[in-house]
Amino acid sequence: MKPARERIAGSVANFVDERTGAAKFLKKSLNKVFPDHWSFMLGEIALYSFIILLLSGTFLTFWYVPSQEELIYEGSYVPLKGVKMSAAYSSTLDISFDVRGGMLMRQIHHWAALLFLAAMVAHMMRVFFTGAFRKPREMNWILGVALITLGIVEGFLGYSLPDDLLSGTGIRIAQAILQAIPLIGTYAAFFAFGGEFPGLDFIPRIYTVHVLLLPGIMLGLITVHLMLVWYQKHTQYPGPGRTEKNVVGYPLLPVYMAKAGGFLFIVFGVTAFLGAVASINPIWVFGPYTPTQISAGSQPDWYMGWLDGLVRMAPPIETYFFGKTISWNILIPGLIVPGIMFTGLALWPFIEAWATGDKREHNLLDRPRNTPTRTAVGAMAITFTIVALINGGNDIIATHFSLTINQIMWATRISIFVLPPLAYVITKRICLALQRADRDLVLHGRETGRLVMLPHGEFVEIHEELSPQEAFTRTSHEQLAPIPVAAIDANGVRPKGVLKDRIRARISKGILQEQIAKPTAKEKLELGGGHH
Amino acid sequence: MRKLSRLRRRKITAPVLLFLALIVVGNAYAFIGATVTTSGATASNARSTMVDEGRQIFLRGCSSCHGLNAEGGGIAPALIGVGAASVDFQVGTGRMPLADMSQQAMRKTPVYNEEETAALAEYVATLAPGPAIPGAAQLTYERDGNTAEGGELFRTNCAMCHNAAGQGGALTQGKYAPTVMGVEAKYIYEAMITGPQAMPVFGEKAITPAEKLSMIKWIKAVESEKGLGGASLGKVGPVTEGLVAWVLGIGLLIGIAVWLTTKSR
Ligand code: HEC
Ligand code: HEM
Repeated sequence: MKPARERIAGSVANFVDERTGAAKFLKKSLNKVFPDHWSFMLGEIALYSFIILLLSGTFLTFWYVPSQEELIYEGSYVPLKGVKMSAAYSSTLDISFDVRGGMLMRQIHHWAALLFLAAMVAHMMRVFFTGAFRKPREMNWILGVALITLGIVEGFLGYSLPDDLLSGTGIRIAQAILQAIPLIGTYAAFFAFGGEFPGLDFIPRIYTVHVLLLPGIMLGLITVHLMLVWYQKHTQYPGPGRTEKNVVGYPLLPVYMAKAGGFLFIVFGVTAFLGAVASINPIWVFGPYTPTQISAGSQPDWYMGWLDGLVRMAPPIETYFFGKTISWNILIPGLIVPGIMFTGLALWPFIEAWATGDKREHNLLDRPRNTPTRTAVGAMAITFTIVALINGGNDIIATHFSLTINQIMWATRISIFVLPPLAYVITKRICLALQRADRDLVLHGRETGRLVMLPHGEFVEIHEELSPQEAFTRTSHEQLAPIPVAAIDANGVRPKGVLKDRIRARISKGILQEQIAKPTAKEKLELGGGHH
Repeated sequence: MRKLSRLRRRKITAPVLLFLALIVVGNAYAFIGATVTTSGATASNARSTMVDEGRQIFLRGCSSCHGLNAEGGGIAPALIGVGAASVDFQVGTGRMPLADMSQQAMRKTPVYNEEETAALAEYVATLAPGPAIPGAAQLTYERDGNTAEGGELFRTNCAMCHNAAGQGGALTQGKYAPTVMGVEAKYIYEAMITGPQAMPVFGEKAITPAEKLSMIKWIKAVESEKGLGGASLGKVGPVTEGLVAWVLGIGLLIGIAVWLTTKSR
């Protein structure tokens, strides 16, 4: 007879199974195979930090008071005792100094937010550079872009909640960006703030959005995102035995689950460690927000920093038409440029499919070097963002590296136009060079550094053949040909839509023509052994 | 005779004569004045030797830029009327004598000791009235200051340049507002009443002496608090935080991910 414990467990499982059919579903799901690569865990870091955010955030809501009503601070942080401030700021101080574990939770929450955004960006870069967004995963890519956009907004709102001097300054800039929308700007700002800035309505409103609306939407989107990964199965890197039709990896249970579960706790650990040892957003040193005050060195969190940097570098241009002022200096960097960037990001899978003419399904990933143009475009976008980000911290960089703000401003103003194209060209060259290196490796093998003297006195270096697996990984990718230009037919009639097609053919030529030809089996045979 | 009249018509003659006349009148006045004061107290005697000493130091160390009589020159402003407080601040914090003509005089180890600095200050103070050095009796911030009020005043008047946490900040063209952390109370006070370098003057009307004491008390309170929430990461805010999140946070996690996935091979 089995011990009672097992009997009970068994009958509970039976009870559930008979009513839900869970066993069959679980069996099928748990046998799902996941490929194994560190870059596939970036999405998991985002997922786990999101979970940490939900948990730590819930803790904070127990004490945070979303109100801009003024009161006199009577908590235990002496330098602010007796200062008039909002209930929101006062309650955040209380969480920091008077709630047991409050400071740790606040810091964990904020570190997790920075990690969440950083992990999303890293995850997105992995998906982009490996071409994981291609058919059939375009939907998931778009969901991802939606998530990162919501994540940025969510983070910004959270940063605004404590109502300290720094967050108030950020809200002020957000209001300026709202106001810069042509025609409706002023109305939009009045609508959002329930009247003049700062008013009493904004914090309660963004609180609801921050703790309920956006997390709810994101939770929903993440669920769909993961279900799609599940349903479409994960992509894998090219290699022996891996095809467009299979997935090589570990079964979900026990190997993958054990790893993923362990990783959850590691992410938890790293976040808790940061929260415990490193101060983040020390709101007590900034003081309460009042519109009449501003602090030198005010900065947004890093995921907003590049936007701030763009706004900082914009020259002061304003136009005045029909009684309406348009502030281009805010409109362009604050709305138009990010608008173009995020739209381009969301549409990228379709842009690329159109330009290369490759509309097939792909479950095998690209090695970034084998798609030089895509890789170069990515490098260009990253360079653009980093230059903007640097200017976002121009005042801090100026004081810490003995530079002047003006030098940094001009350097970044010029760099933002010069460096991204340069990054494009250099990255493309590097990719082609790596392709060439692959080709040489496959054809000639690896240099061993062992020199041998032949009987007639010639010295040769011994080259070691790549293993068939290694050679396969380096040659299994396909190289697309550019889309041919539709020719004018015998009667001298141009086919319809020829201009559009010609443009497309040109673009695809730009993307695809420059490739280092893969070594063929014939070439390999002709070379014979690997001693060259 | 003709020689003399030619000399009289020379352009230089008038100023030279005026100069000589002034010296005569000035010395005569000094003589009379001196005879009046010597009958006073010996303290002022000591004071005038201090002024003399200060003048000597000034001629050696400062006059090349500020002019022989502190009247200012092409590169440096006049020091007439800046007061003892300004000299005490500039020399006491090592900003003067200026080491190089960079964007802004920096704090460094002072060149002159306390006595020499006091002598310099005395000398400059005799040129014209100006703000005096606040004495210990004036700097009773521990007793009379109100920390919270001082913080409010600091955020309203100083934070836009010196940062809300007093960490300093960048101004345009390479000028900067230095950190106020670790600065002696006397120098904080002097900076407010003299407006050194790019800083404006905060006179008694703008911020009363009592309020200045409160501000000093707040600065000292913030300065002495440490380790609230852990390592302060340089107290420069989100810039270092973002850097830590990427380098330490994501860097560490990617490292672990690589480790987790290679172990299984
Ligand atoms: C290399 C040239 C140079 C020398 C030497 C120099 N100074 Fe200056 N000083 C300057 C300049 C330039 C400024 C104004 C710019 C600034 O404040 O940074 C200045 C400003 C000052 C001020 C502030 C004036 C005000 O408006 O409040 C004081 C006081 C002063 N100097 C005192 C001295 C004394 C005392 C010495 C000698 C120990 C000295 N300086 C030596 C160049 C010099
Ligand atoms: C809330 C934030 C996000 C979470 C929690 C999340 C989570 C995940 C997870 C766990 C995976 C599978 C493992 C992996 O490949 O890393 C995945 C796959 C994927 N994600 Fe995300 N992700 C998020 C944001 C994004 C973003 C910002 C993008 C891109 C714009 C994106 C696009 C994709 C795509 C296309 C896949 C499929 C990859 C493949 O099968 O190779 N995701 N996501």
